[in-house]
Formats: sequence, structure tokens, C-alpha cells
Amino acid sequence: MNLDVWVPRNVLWVFGAIVALLVVATLVVAWMRRGDGTGRHAELAARVRSWWVLVFVFAIAISFRRGIAIGFFAVLSFLALKEYLSLVPTRRADRRVLFWVYLCVPLQYLWVWYEWYNLFLIFIPVWAFLFVAMRMVMRGDTKDFLRAAGTIHWGLMTMVFGLSHLAFLLVLPEGKAVPAHGAALLLFVVLLTELNDVLQYIWGRTLGRHKVLESVSPKKTVEGLVGGVLSTTVVAFLLAPVLTPLTPTDSIAVGLMIGIGGFLGDVTISALKRDIGVKDSGSLIPGHGGILDRIDSLLFTAPLFFHFMAYFYF
Amino acid sequence: MAWVLRLFFYGVLVRLVVLFVLGLNVRHRERLPVKGPAILAANHNSHLDAMAMISLLPLRLLSKVRPVAAADYFLSNPLLAWFALKVVGIVPLNRQRRTPEEDLLAPVVDALDRGEILVFFPEGSRGEPEQLAEFKSGLARIAERRPDVPVIPVYTHGLGKALPKGEWMIVPFFVDIFVGETLVFDGDRAAYMERYRSAMAALALEEKHADWS
Repeated sequence: MNLDVWVPRNVLWVFGAIVALLVVATLVVAWMRRGDGTGRHAELAARVRSWWVLVFVFAIAISFRRGIAIGFFAVLSFLALKEYLSLVPTRRADRRVLFWVYLCVPLQYLWVWYEWYNLFLIFIPVWAFLFVAMRMVMRGDTKDFLRAAGTIHWGLMTMVFGLSHLAFLLVLPEGKAVPAHGAALLLFVVLLTELNDVLQYIWGRTLGRHKVLESVSPKKTVEGLVGGVLSTTVVAFLLAPVLTPLTPTDSIAVGLMIGIGGFLGDVTISALKRDIGVKDSGSLIPGHGGILDRIDSLLFTAPLFFHFMAYFYF
Repeated sequence: MAWVLRLFFYGVLVRLVVLFVLGLNVRHRERLPVKGPAILAANHNSHLDAMAMISLLPLRLLSKVRPVAAADYFLSNPLLAWFALKVVGIVPLNRQRRTPEEDLLAPVVDALDRGEILVFFPEGSRGEPEQLAEFKSGLARIAERRPDVPVIPVYTHGLGKALPKGEWMIVPFFVDIFVGETLVFDGDRAAYMERYRSAMAALALEEKHADWS
């Protein structure tokens, strides 16, 4: 088996820059925790440690082969869907329906692997949507039917359809004008989304005064949101020529879109968790929570970025 | 030969299902026993219950770890009996006396005397999925006979959704496993069961779980 690196050099350079950023973050946190051994900022330290693992896993997943990278996102979708379906109330009558719902994960990523764009687009919004409703009706249990059907479809749309857009970036055909590598686009949107999370957190913690959407996520502030969106846009502007065919104007638009979309994804999952009554969606990633806590912003930014690129550049 | 199968079963198959297809969210893992004899006393909703708990213990302890299971169910046909005894490695327990003087708990006590870590279900049967049945006093009777053996209450949630009684198809769900503090026997069986019951109730309250009906 040939395990040569398939991603272009610019992607590797950006990974190098991320590692440098992590080194800085690790040093800063160590400096913040200097002196006493009282365990100050323990969660922050755990979060940075988890970032090392996440970056490492992500780099390994996308660097070697397209198939491995698509498989990685299929597993990510599966874990996210499982976390979602374990968190939300489901009906006992739908146990076998959920089996079919899980089966949508390998199928959706199979369409990605086959580069079957039309089926990739309609499989979940049309076919899975109708099939799941049919399968539920056949059980004959009408109590909480609409709630259950809506819950299941919302999970499929976000955790499977939404996330699979990241994988489809890897199989986009040659661009209209400028050649672009799928892995570079993927790294661009994931890096900016996660960076936007971190930047909103840092702006909010340092300058945050005025609450925004307090009933959904009590720690979000206007300063964090605006600071995060603007600094993310600056990074998008600077990074776009390295990784993407975006024109300078478009890169600003994409930066704003990722900044705002990331915020919306974050608060949407917060609303969901608040509705159910949990703080974290799981405990898989120390300092972060579950998978949903980490990928919440991507649920919005991935399809937004994908369709921007697909419409204007491919 | 059988131990190779057993190692493959628990080391690969069970761990693949429990850790990847399902996925565990474990709290207070440090309270798990590091050597035998010991009893993990858990609520029972699924065939996967014992599998999930055994996956929490390191593989080097595997030769010492065995679930206590109903002889009438698991030894009912020769093929299942071979699989249950040799691969799963159950300690078979009769739930009904065949003769008035039969010591039903003898196999369990013998296993503890051999220094084994047993997975034990005080409810006695899986019952309705994700619902707690009455705990029977068998646990207290064992504790009375071997008071030095640590008994660790373990509360699980989600396994009855993944594979309830009467189903064969596993549907993935994340599973919560909350490990309690070791119980010590103080001479009174009823009081002991009461403490076990309240320990389990307290563990169940550590996380809010949506109803499943």
C-alpha cells in the first residue's frame, strides 16, 4: 500500500504554522499557571492538550489518501450522530428506525467517494427524509410522532448531510479558473472555523461586557462575537491566497460568513443542549466536552463554505 | 484453544462493539477493582451489560473476570452452553433449587475463593429495557458469606436501548457507566441491600437521562 502524502506543500506549511501556534498556546497557558500548584486554568490546559491530539488526528486523517480522509469524516459523522441520538429523547418504537438512520452514514459517504454530486445533494433531504417517515409510520405508533420524526431528520441533516460537505470538498472537480486542491479548501474552512471559536472565546474573555443571546449561551458577548468575526476575517484574507483560489473580496466575504456561521452553529447546539438540560454533549474530548461541543460551529460553516465555493468557483 | 477464542472475543470483538459501535462514558473509573476477588454489582438491561463492564477492566485480568449468569438460560442447549462457559466464561447460577438442600450460591463463593472478579446482577434478569426491577437479596447473601470481598455498585444506562431483551440487532447508543464506592458488609442483610439500593439511586441521579418508552 502506497502511503505517500497526497496533499500539496501549502497544506503541510499551514499544518506547520498550526503546530507553531499550539506551541505558543501551550507556553502561554503554562505561563498563566506558573507559581502555585492550585490547578488554576486546569480546563484551559486540558483544552490545549486536546487541541494537540485533534490537530494530530486531523493531519493524519487528511494527509495520506483521499479514501482515508473520506473514511475519517464518515467516522466523525457516525460519532456525532450517535452522540446526538443518545442525547435527545428517542422513542422505543423507533429503535429499528434508528438502525436505518445510521445506515445513511456509510451511504452518504459512498456518494462522496463516487463523486456522485446529485445524489450527495438529495439523498438525505429527499430520500432519507421520506424513507424514515415511511418506516416510522409502518410501526404504527402515533404518540410523539412529529417530534420523533423531526428530531431524527434534524440529526441526519446536521450530523450527516452537513458534515459530509467537508468530505465533498476533497472530490470537487478542477476549478473553472484557478486550480485548487480539495484538501487545502478543507483545511481552510476547518482551521478558520476552529480559530474563530478560539478567537471569539479570547475576545469575549478579555473585553466581553455586553451579553448576546444570554438565554441560550450565557457567556457569549457582543465584544467576543464582533472581535472574533473581524479577526477571523483578517486571517481569512491573509490565508486565502495560500490555500484557496478566492479573490481578495471573496475571501473577506468568506471570512465574515465563517465567523458569523460559526457563531450560529455554536449557539444552535447550545440551544439544543439547553433544551435537553445538559452542559456538555459528552466526555470524549477532555476540556471540550463531547464531539458535538467541538464540531458545533462546523455544522453551519461547512455547508455554507462548500456552496459558496461550488457556486462561484467550480 | 478456548482461551485464544476468549481473548479474541473480549480483546477484539467485544471491545469493537462496546468501545466503537456503542462508546462508553465512564465516571469514577478509579473505583474499579485492580485485582480479585471482587464483585461488580450492576443493574441489568441487556446481554451487553456484562460485556461493557468487562471492557472496562484491563485484558491482563481477563483470566480472572467472569460474569455470573443464569444456568437455566445459558446452559439450555449444548452449543450455547459451550460458548457461555468457554468463551464468555460465565459462572453458571441456578435460579431455582432442584433439591431442598442445594446451595445455589456455591459456584459464586467458589469463584470468589479462586480470586476472581465477578460481574453480578442483583435484579436476576434483564426485565423491561431501561427500567430498574427489584434487587434480590442474593447479593447480600454472598456478601455475608465473604464479607472481605469488595462489592462495587455499577450503574449503567443505554445498554437496554442498544440491545434490549428479545432483540438481536444492536443499535448504537452512547452508554453511561457510573462506578460507585465499595460497599462493606456490616452483618445485616436487609440494611446492606438498602445501602446498595441507595448507592445505585445516587449513581443514577448523576446524569439526567431522557425517558425511553
